[in-house]
Amino acid sequence: MKLTGSKILLECLALEGVETIFGYPGGTVINIYNDLMDSPVKHVLTRHEQAAVHAADGYARATGKVGVALATSGPGATNTITGIATAYMDSIPMVVISGQVPTPLIGNDAFQEADIMGITRPVTKHNYLVRDVKELPKIIKQAFYIARTGRPGPVVVDLPKDVQMDEATFEYPDKVELRGYKPNYSGNLRMIKKAASMILAAKKPVLYVGGGATLTDAHAELMELAELTQAPVTTTLMGMASFPTTHPLSLGMLGMHGTYYANMAVTNSDLLIALGARFDDRVTGKIATFAPNAKIIHVDIDPTSIKKNVRVDLPIVGDLRDVLKKLLKQLGEKENEVKTTVDGLQPWHDEITEWREKHPMSYKASKSVIKPQYVIEKLRELSNDDAIVTTEVGQHQMWAAQFFDFIQPRTFLSSGGLGTMGYGLPAALGAQVAFPKRQVIDISGDGSFQMNSQELATLVQYRLPVKIVILNNNFLGMVRQWQQLFFDKRYSQTCMELPIDFVKLAEAYGATGLRTSKVDEVEDVIKKAFETDGPVIMEFKVAREENVLPMVPAGAGLNEMVLG
Amino acid sequence: MRHTISVLVENEFGVLSRVSGLFSGRGFNIESLSVAPALDPTISRMTIVTSGDDNVLEQIVKQLNKLIDTIKIIDFTGEDFVEREMALVKIACEDRNRAEILRICDIFRGKVVDVTPKSYTMEVTGAPAKIDAVMNLLQPLGVKELVRTGPVVIGRGPKGWKSA
Ligand SMILES: Cc1ncc(C[n+]2csc(CCOP(=O)(O)OP(=O)(O)O)c2C)c(N)n1
Repeated sequence: MKLTGSKILLECLALEGVETIFGYPGGTVINIYNDLMDSPVKHVLTRHEQAAVHAADGYARATGKVGVALATSGPGATNTITGIATAYMDSIPMVVISGQVPTPLIGNDAFQEADIMGITRPVTKHNYLVRDVKELPKIIKQAFYIARTGRPGPVVVDLPKDVQMDEATFEYPDKVELRGYKPNYSGNLRMIKKAASMILAAKKPVLYVGGGATLTDAHAELMELAELTQAPVTTTLMGMASFPTTHPLSLGMLGMHGTYYANMAVTNSDLLIALGARFDDRVTGKIATFAPNAKIIHVDIDPTSIKKNVRVDLPIVGDLRDVLKKLLKQLGEKENEVKTTVDGLQPWHDEITEWREKHPMSYKASKSVIKPQYVIEKLRELSNDDAIVTTEVGQHQMWAAQFFDFIQPRTFLSSGGLGTMGYGLPAALGAQVAFPKRQVIDISGDGSFQMNSQELATLVQYRLPVKIVILNNNFLGMVRQWQQLFFDKRYSQTCMELPIDFVKLAEAYGATGLRTSKVDEVEDVIKKAFETDGPVIMEFKVAREENVLPMVPAGAGLNEMVLG
Repeated sequence: MRHTISVLVENEFGVLSRVSGLFSGRGFNIESLSVAPALDPTISRMTIVTSGDDNVLEQIVKQLNKLIDTIKIIDFTGEDFVEREMALVKIACEDRNRAEILRICDIFRGKVVDVTPKSYTMEVTGAPAKIDAVMNLLQPLGVKELVRTGPVVIGRGPKGWKSA
């Protein structure tokens, strides 16, 4: 039987197991939208294409499945770019389908034409322009395969309108053949054996865990390794929630706004075991003083991540989960040696305990003004263990990472690599679509919230009960903090002069708005929000010039922290 | 340091921009690049001359490998290979330098491929250094235009990449 390109696309999506896509219609995707009405694939209409992509991203991060977004050509497609770049930097599996002007018009500056292949090339894992309907099934199959395998990432499929209308016999290939793409999952056993002996020889080991642990769902193996070797665990922002922050071995986050004890442990370690992390500059600080005495083992699926920023003594290319399994097997065969090693770690644990006690994660509490950290602590107390937290970008994001506890995997969704303000709300939307029954909380600042606040409409329309926390300091707080510390308090364009009534804003969309500026009302507001059906904005008027501390100033070493 | 690499890629729409975009986006140098279909016409073979230290070269090779369309990379660093470049040179000529130009052409085993009363167009093939040498001699005689292909290379010895 012959089908049109647009029907073929929807058949392919259904066969890929896609339940929901996020999108926004327009002229060059009108055929797809027409056929969507008869397709089992559900569609969520966001209010902006950027939000559609972030929603697909949030859906992907919360579930581990490939997120799918759909946009029209030209402005629709260009609106997706920030979302695609966000997903690319954090290696999120995603397929974005954009409409394109009919093939004969491509290159003519046709109405709503933009060179999406050219624009998205540097921010996608791969992209396709479909020029023949017969190629469509193969391309969609490849797109999903590429998006989810190896180091995951977004793939764009640009689909001209005439190809959507052309007909072909539909047959979905069952195999992908790409002679240039064969991700290597299996870690080299010889290297893994070496890693095991390095671990057994270490006196001051640290496990440094990045987003790869979440992407490969290696939580159980990571826990096993940590408990077996008693090595302390620090995570990056992307690695958050892959190891419970409440675990005695957890050092919390490292890097620019990491804990004092995590940064000291890394600086003084003799063996740094990097697991699915990529030594970002926000993590390492000054390279010259980064873990100067440590041997470094680096496990990553992407060879380009290895030795890109730091020297590595033992590189292991492979899927983190596979590598951890093999490593555990190696260590499992050496029970006695492991025991001796673990016994030898006592001085290291004592040293870390000293750092912990000297500078615990803390802030100056206040009775008169709401401290943003206090709100996060209360949220932690009053929310469920499986609550999914998303963030925007800024101080609130760092406080969320510092003061919330993440116990279950895939419960912290934040734009780490690109640092995209406006990510959190649509990502929460996507996560709530995936898990309608779980608590989903967007922790936001007043600045970031206004970057995608239109998505309140989507939340209300689809009855998505996302709880939004706005830590309102009437500042672009993180930039203000830098201006305070490094630019003599010259607050150029960071004061949000116009106070917004976020309660009214919530109400305008048919959501609930709550607000307080009183410390003793914080708990009640949070409780009330969790008891309320549907989306709620909780606006907290917080201490305006609170800073995120500790902090490693840009360009300084991890051991040169400015403390609270 | 100068490095020559051959990159075998899917002979597909847009593949050149993926490779050149990778170099510009990541701040890698391209000294020259030449592309044409390989023995297997579904594959394009690019010869890229680049420069950088060992770490840069390692990143270049890894990043190229990461492109979905890349099938194989041959890094000729430290290998024994034959390198050839072709140049077409148009030289203004008058009676007084005609013989001199032809003599240079002869010495370098070049060929005159076009003649007019006022010009010669010469074809020279060889390692890039040879072309530099010809140019040094021709330059003072009045070169009007120069086109170089950039080098292509192939490994020495019996081993071959059939699909390449
Ligand atoms: C799209 C985007 N534009 C600009 C920035 C730069 N930036 C980083 S943090 C920040 C301030 C964020 O302010 P707000 O959302 O109010 O959060 P706060 O820092 O006050 O908690 C800005 C402007 C960014 N990260 N993303």
